[in-house]
Amino acid sequence: MPDYNAYLANIFEILKPFAKQGILLNEESELVTELGLTSLQVMELIEQLEDHFDMSIPLNILPDIRTVHDLALALEKLNP
Amino acid sequence: MSLFDKFQPIIDIQAELRQLGVMPFGAVTEKLLSSTEAIVNGHQVILAGTNNYLGLTFEPECLAAAKQAIDELGTGTTGSRMANGTFAGHVALENELAAFFDRRHAIVFSTGYAATMGMGSTLAGPGDVIVLDADSHASIYDGVRLGGADIIRFRHNDPADLDKRLRRLGDRIENTLIIVEGIYSMMGDQAPLAEIAAVKRKYGGLLLVDEAHSLGMLGDHGRGVAEAAGVEDDVDFVVGTFSKSLGAIGGYCVSNHDQLNAIRFAIRSYIFTASPSPSVIASTRAALRLMQERPQLRDRLWANAHRLYDGLKALGLQVSPEVSPVVAVTIKDRNQAIDWWNRLLQHGAYVNLVMPPASPSDDSLLRCSVSAAHSPEQIDRIVEAFATVQGQE
Repeated sequence: MPDYNAYLANIFEILKPFAKQGILLNEESELVTELGLTSLQVMELIEQLEDHFDMSIPLNILPDIRTVHDLALALEKLNP
Repeated sequence: MSLFDKFQPIIDIQAELRQLGVMPFGAVTEKLLSSTEAIVNGHQVILAGTNNYLGLTFEPECLAAAKQAIDELGTGTTGSRMANGTFAGHVALENELAAFFDRRHAIVFSTGYAATMGMGSTLAGPGDVIVLDADSHASIYDGVRLGGADIIRFRHNDPADLDKRLRRLGDRIENTLIIVEGIYSMMGDQAPLAEIAAVKRKYGGLLLVDEAHSLGMLGDHGRGVAEAAGVEDDVDFVVGTFSKSLGAIGGYCVSNHDQLNAIRFAIRSYIFTASPSPSVIASTRAALRLMQERPQLRDRLWANAHRLYDGLKALGLQVSPEVSPVVAVTIKDRNQAIDWWNRLLQHGAYVNLVMPPASPSDDSLLRCSVSAAHSPEQIDRIVEAFATVQGQE
């Protein structure tokens, strides 16, 4: 099973286009308030992660996810 | 940080619209001239965004039935279906719905929202799984969130993606509910229900189909997409509304599962709200009967759908992917969509303005819906209004 770092690396890869000039993408980057992802873009991010790791990510986890770190951690918990 | 801060984006949009002098949300219908024409925000318009698919809202038999019910039973039931709010008409309508859908059981709800939300929130709870189409209606999302099941989306109208998600569930398929719609309300596209049913047969689970926008439109009897696709036996629950094809308000769920009569008493949106008024039940029963007696309404609806779709497409507009009584024109820029909506109104056509997040993408929509009651000339006038607005660009 992929570990936290594998999830993190893939999230960074998908989020590259969202790292606007002057914003350094890191574990504490906030998906909505900092990177400016719309709700549709959050769903696209989730779908890409689901495809890459062949897993289903329940929507229920989303309210607790603010940062890249939160997301990677949640994925690790889903797929221990 | 105040409780009101989160409403600021709405307040900003309202201010912007006020400055433009446009009121697309909550446009006021000041006078109805017929089921297809009205005065809206001061403009006489053809109604091309009312979901009045069969045009039954002014049907004399429906009006007479509603008036008689008011005279005999009063204006409201003043109570829940579970207490004093079940009248003989409610039971009769449930029996008639069950007979129409050829199912053993039916529940009548006060609104379509209450039906969909209630079934979604009650059938699957904590520990269960909901797998739903990503473009599902807000009432479905609201319901499943309330229920507390794990919610997994599959890509819109993509049976292969549904297959992947059901496969991943393993043993959890035993307590999984799949939810799709028959015709999707915003773009008017149909679910590939034969393929979705095949995936369900392969893995298991229960299937609920929301036929809100397809009742009376598809299938030999007008039962919707499930009937048209020949997969009614694979559909465990059909939910829908009286507020579109049947021209009233209210909702229903039909099923062959005998547990439905127990489930009814677990659905909070059924128990903790007043039942539909007697007049609503009476006009709905009349409309349900007329819908079955007049299959020609379906033919007229589809002829109008083709006429509008072809007309708008011929203008070079970006219309929805398939012909349907819902025809959506995509306008990428939000301000342009607002402007077009306003000028369409001025040129005699009322359509729905849909902006993100209500639209399924980042684009805005000018969503039209046709009625069997539209004359071909009225459809042409809707197309002409679009042509005029387009020509002013």
